[in-house]
Amino acid sequence: MLVPYVTAGATGDWTDLLRAAVDAGADAIEVGLPFSDPTMDGPVIQQASYQALCRGTTVAGVFDEVSRLDLGVPLIAFTYANLVLNRGADAFCSALRDAGMSGLLAPDLPIDEAGPVSAAAERHGVDVVLLASPSTPPARRAEIAKRSQGFVYAVSVMAPTGEQASLRSPGRELVMSLKQHTDLPVVLGFGISGAEQAAAACEYADGVAIGSAVMRRVLAGESPAEIGAMLAGIRRAISLGRA
Amino acid sequence: MDQLVRADSRRPAGLGRFGEYGGRFVPESLVPACEEVERAFAEAWADPVFHAELHHLLSVYVGRPTPLTPAVRLSAELGITLLLKREDLTHTGSHKINNVLGQALLARRMGKRRLIAETGAGQHGVATATAGALLGLDVTVFMGERDIERQELNVFRMKMLGAEVVPVTAGSRTLKDATSEAFRHWVTVVDDSYYCLGSALGPHPYPWMVRQFQRVIGDEARAQCAGRLSAATPDFVVACVGGGSNAAGTFAGFLDTPARLIGVEAAGGAAIGAGRPGVLHGFRSRVLQDEHGQITEAHSISAGLDYPGVGPEHAYLAETGRATYVTADDAEVVAATHRLARSEGILCALESAHAVAWVLRAAQDGTIPQGSTVVLTLSGRGDKDMATLMELS
Ligand SMILES: Cc1ncc(COP(=O)(O)O)c(C=O)c1O
Repeated sequence: MLVPYVTAGATGDWTDLLRAAVDAGADAIEVGLPFSDPTMDGPVIQQASYQALCRGTTVAGVFDEVSRLDLGVPLIAFTYANLVLNRGADAFCSALRDAGMSGLLAPDLPIDEAGPVSAAAERHGVDVVLLASPSTPPARRAEIAKRSQGFVYAVSVMAPTGEQASLRSPGRELVMSLKQHTDLPVVLGFGISGAEQAAAACEYADGVAIGSAVMRRVLAGESPAEIGAMLAGIRRAISLGRA
Repeated sequence: MDQLVRADSRRPAGLGRFGEYGGRFVPESLVPACEEVERAFAEAWADPVFHAELHHLLSVYVGRPTPLTPAVRLSAELGITLLLKREDLTHTGSHKINNVLGQALLARRMGKRRLIAETGAGQHGVATATAGALLGLDVTVFMGERDIERQELNVFRMKMLGAEVVPVTAGSRTLKDATSEAFRHWVTVVDDSYYCLGSALGPHPYPWMVRQFQRVIGDEARAQCAGRLSAATPDFVVACVGGGSNAAGTFAGFLDTPARLIGVEAAGGAAIGAGRPGVLHGFRSRVLQDEHGQITEAHSISAGLDYPGVGPEHAYLAETGRATYVTADDAEVVAATHRLARSEGILCALESAHAVAWVLRAAQDGTIPQGSTVVLTLSGRGDKDMATLMELS
């Protein structure tokens, strides 16, 4: 699976990025709903979020824009607890679903705190994707794998989001242990910066999530077509690796 | 009330719940680290050896117990008995040292060799740098660029003490951004580093742990009152509230008395007065935010009260009515600083002056009836704020 991440509202043509990602073979897209205080994000996504907020991006506005798209792949909101709870979990999940999005991923809602949001999501048919980390002990890994929906997100490194120069079998051990507890795809994220790493990761993971590598280029002014070409390259590398 | 006392003297329910506030809203990568801190603290807090060591340092190094100083002339002018709990007299000049020594001892006990901290006014950073030097631990302090400009003196102090000060350029470049950066950094060094949080906030167990380390203020004041006041306990207990650590520690000593507990927030940073329930930096509490849920900036002349959230225990004490939260604005805070200096010979921190400002106002308008006794925690001394005050005069 190829799961790119795009910060909503970071640029005026951000929805074109979604389309370009689909054309490049994305299987699902994480749509970042920008939050003022993203404790899980490194400099690139912080900057993208900041830029989006300065452009007046709001959750309601993003939902509205997304509802007018018809992309044919699952869209998963990537955001922080405060934006979900601000509206109330029920209202948030209902609006998310109405916008045509199907999943929610909030890194500051670990399983111990996710209960009320998961319940609301279930009422509205929204999948809650849970994250596991290299530091997660075995019993918690099992619980996360069992409770996650859509896919399981394996965080490859002990770091905020961002590209890592070199990854030594990133998250391999984590992915393998998660796979023992679920039939859902296990997607590896954080730190993947290019085709080679993506292909290597997909030797054991079912997919990769790619965020900072996308948004770094977007912030540098690359066009949706250029981003699409980059993602298509990663798509090819993954598929060749698999073949 | 019963429930409150229990919650206070033991520990918050569940995952650090104070009513619906508190919790542990952190990335999965940090959950085991928080659990490790929780286990280590619970163990240490139950260990007489840990208490003995902490108590020893508090007395021979910090200078505890701090006095309860009668504000003689102000009392006469206001028609009340005003007693000042003198945290400004501690080593490093603020209450922050109480908490930091506790956490630094805990870090050492956990085998960590490095402390990470965030700081606004710089007092927590100075306290952490001090504890690091004392116990032989490396210290890295995250500080917003704007606060670095405002608090030059404290930045220099931290560096003198051997700490690395990392400027944070994101967002509003103040305490909230420094706190986010400290969390992000902690994820990358969690194996050998301990996050020494500066107030009674953050993910469980920090609000509980920090309050327990700061309750020495309230417990001492309570005992000091008992020997001095005919009623044994004061009518009012007042403290300024940034994140809420000095107030939480002060209140802890008086929760089970009839004393009225008053927390004074900065008018431009009143998370209880003007905030809504929300999640920031790992905990649920009252938070300043816009209609869309984006955290808004707090504004105060005192960098130490420039935080858009407040510790969860305060949100709970406010909701249950056990404590009352009020505000003071910059102008009356500056006036209060001058008045305390002139009438008592004490130059207090601008943060602490919020509590003074409220007492001045409340004694004048009758909120504090004539003849009342008031204990006020003077959380810190004003040296760090002299540059700010010089600019104003
Ligand atoms: C002297 C002083 N008082 C009070 C505060 C506010 O913090 P808290 O509410 O956690 O006590 C600070 C924070 O930097 C401070 O330096």
